[in-house]
Amino acid sequence: MVIASIDLPPETRERLYELGLLVGTQIELIRFAPLGDPVEIKVRGYRLTIPRHEAERILVALPEVQTQK
Amino acid sequence: MDGRKSIITGQKTFLVALTGNPNSGKTTVFNALTGLRAKVGNYPGVTVERKEGKLKGSPHDKQIIILDLPGTYSLSPKSLDEQVARDVLLNRIPDVPSPSVVVVIVDASNLQRNLYYATQVIELGYPVIIALNMMDVAAQNGQIVNIEKLSRSLNAPVIPMVASKKEGITALQQAIIEIVSKSENKPQTKDYDAVNQSVSKLQTKTGNRELFWKMPDFYRIEIQKIAQLLESLSSEKCLNPEAEALLLLTDDAALGRPGEFYPEEIVRAVHEARKRIESCGGDWKTDPIEGRYEVISKIYADSVTQLPHIEETFSDKLDRIITHRVWGIVIFFGIMLVMFQSIFRLAKIPMEFLGSVIEQFGQYISSTMPPGALTNLITDGVIAGVGAVVVFLPQILLLFLFLSLLEDTGYMSRAAFIMDRIMGKVGLHGKAFIPLLSSFACAIPGIMAARTIESYKDRLVTILIAPLMSCSARLPVYTVLISACIPDIKVLGFLRLQGLVLMGAYVTGIVLALIMALIFKKTILKGEIPMLLMELPPYKKPTIWTTLHHMWDRSVVFLKQAGTIILLINIVLWFLMNYPKGNIEKEFETRQAQVLQKYLGTNIPPEKIQEIVLNIETSHPANDNAKALVHELTEIKKAASVESLSRSFAGMLGRAIEPIIAPLGFDWKIGIGIISSFAARETFVSTMAIIYNVGADKEENNIVSLANAFKDQKRSDGTRLFTPLTGITLIVFYICALQCASTIVVVRRETNSWKWTIFQWLYLGLLAWTLSFLTRSIGMMLGLS
Repeated sequence: MVIASIDLPPETRERLYELGLLVGTQIELIRFAPLGDPVEIKVRGYRLTIPRHEAERILVALPEVQTQK
Repeated sequence: MDGRKSIITGQKTFLVALTGNPNSGKTTVFNALTGLRAKVGNYPGVTVERKEGKLKGSPHDKQIIILDLPGTYSLSPKSLDEQVARDVLLNRIPDVPSPSVVVVIVDASNLQRNLYYATQVIELGYPVIIALNMMDVAAQNGQIVNIEKLSRSLNAPVIPMVASKKEGITALQQAIIEIVSKSENKPQTKDYDAVNQSVSKLQTKTGNRELFWKMPDFYRIEIQKIAQLLESLSSEKCLNPEAEALLLLTDDAALGRPGEFYPEEIVRAVHEARKRIESCGGDWKTDPIEGRYEVISKIYADSVTQLPHIEETFSDKLDRIITHRVWGIVIFFGIMLVMFQSIFRLAKIPMEFLGSVIEQFGQYISSTMPPGALTNLITDGVIAGVGAVVVFLPQILLLFLFLSLLEDTGYMSRAAFIMDRIMGKVGLHGKAFIPLLSSFACAIPGIMAARTIESYKDRLVTILIAPLMSCSARLPVYTVLISACIPDIKVLGFLRLQGLVLMGAYVTGIVLALIMALIFKKTILKGEIPMLLMELPPYKKPTIWTTLHHMWDRSVVFLKQAGTIILLINIVLWFLMNYPKGNIEKEFETRQAQVLQKYLGTNIPPEKIQEIVLNIETSHPANDNAKALVHELTEIKKAASVESLSRSFAGMLGRAIEPIIAPLGFDWKIGIGIISSFAARETFVSTMAIIYNVGADKEENNIVSLANAFKDQKRSDGTRLFTPLTGITLIVFYICALQCASTIVVVRRETNSWKWTIFQWLYLGLLAWTLSFLTRSIGMMLGLS
């Protein structure tokens, strides 16, 4: 799946951008932490953890949705 | 920019900055380049660790200093550490000269994100070397990097490396020396032809490198305008003005207020440029980032060949178990259990050995030096005091061994991942886990590690509770108290009660820290919980060399403390405990004379008393009468030393605080120990060793004899002083109270506020007293004595 939009405050969004999470970037959800928070994702070949609250505001487009566009 | 000449040695000094993303292996490269000769200090004004060392194999006429900058993800800093890295590269730190060469460490297995920062640094225009590290991990992932192509795209020499196996270190070393020599000979044009032939033709003037981002014209116009303004206003040209202009355009913090870093003219120009860009539909914050990643994607596609490989690496498989919902937590607690049990049990043998060596050394000194105050100071004050602390070196080595292993394998970040939810529950940042875990070694590095937390409030909470983590200095205190007060029995058939109490002490500290964090976050330090963005690097096999290096670094700090602060405190304490002298010796001789007269039936002349006493003591008494005499003489001696201490300055201080600590079941001697702890907690052990005159019975080693001395202590009513309850109460006191002058100094530096420093000391003191009082009261209610 690819990132469709990041609905977060500018400061946070900027850092996510710098870490390579741009609109259109492929990301993969790997797992939730044992206690449910944070979330581990794979992006540009590395693993990053993001709090669940923030992760929920990173909207993704599934491949099917993309082809419809 | 070209080295400054030292007047004394005639050597020119060059600065080489080492920079890169966190987890890129920067520290390993630094260690390999400098060996064991690193100097650790601080940057002026801020307390970010400044690590530098001489390059191994530098030419004789040059001094090449490698500066290890804090790991950073971009030139737009989000933490104090990142800010320092940026400021060094922008020449904003007055104390640090402009680097002659910048080495960017790039993780080959995580190339895209690492190139984001690398390209930012390359644009700045310094002579630059790309150290492409972790080539082995990239190869495992099936990524083949074409070094020549990458080098051409980046317009910089690229040196492939596996720093953990020391591969490529010599090449990097030579490249640095060559560039430094070039910059010295030809200060105007800096090219890299000697390092990388393919690059030399492309390389023209370093100062005016082209930016990587192929920006639209409405950006280009603005960047050029600002760059021209920067060029016309600054006298010394170090940085590529276009790169600086781009940075100012995108980052408010880098631009600063008018007059802060730049004259008002420039600040105004940048603000106007932003407005014009916005009116063209541009987003000056994110467009440059997107533009840079676009170029990086092209460079990546061009220079990396992805071979088919196993989708799930070994690291991924391991993570399935280690971060598993159930197993993850079981493993976490298992590791903690093993760690603390082995610290208590494995260290025992070397500790006993070290103890006997120190004791023999003391005996040797006292037998070779003439008796007197100086010998007394050296044997009782210096050797016994410092020795009592040095004995704990094996335990401290073990603790640091575990911590370095957790760090070097990559488990530490998994632990943060697992613990984040719990930390979040009490309002702490998941990143606070590492400072708090480091505080188990020592609160000082722990408090300093809190700098990675971006928000000041969250950092402050972490700093306030960090001393509740039982540091290694408390380990000696716990060890002695546990050996003296807690019976050595087994629980559940296989766990030792002593080990469990030790673990309990650590757990209590953790629980208290979490409760206090919650209270602070709900009351005086309300604020949002910032987000935890943390990298989970692949697991690494720790290399013995790196781990030992880590352990060595930390242990040196401990030994230095023992050799300086603790030594000084021991001398002061020795003085406090031995003066004023008064006429105790006279009284003591009179009593000895009386005893001798009773047994021997003759009057002994005063000048002969000591000689006779010594004779009787060293001879082996055969009959009961002689045994009784020796016993009475020893009793007098003990009473005299207690009396002497009681009348000394230390005794006065101890008695002065006795009313405060009496409700906790502590007497004035423990009071002296508590007071001495303010120098450093482990001093408690050495102070008690002096107070209880340990070393009188020479056969046993320090800890055992000290624990035995504890067991012998009686209250005025004749009951044992060090009962299990007293031991536990005292441990509770030591868990909480902030009795460490060095920590207080560091907290002052880190928070930049006396108010918070004093607040911390007071709240921890109050907590210590209240909880100790409760422990004792509840214990007595339960029928413990």
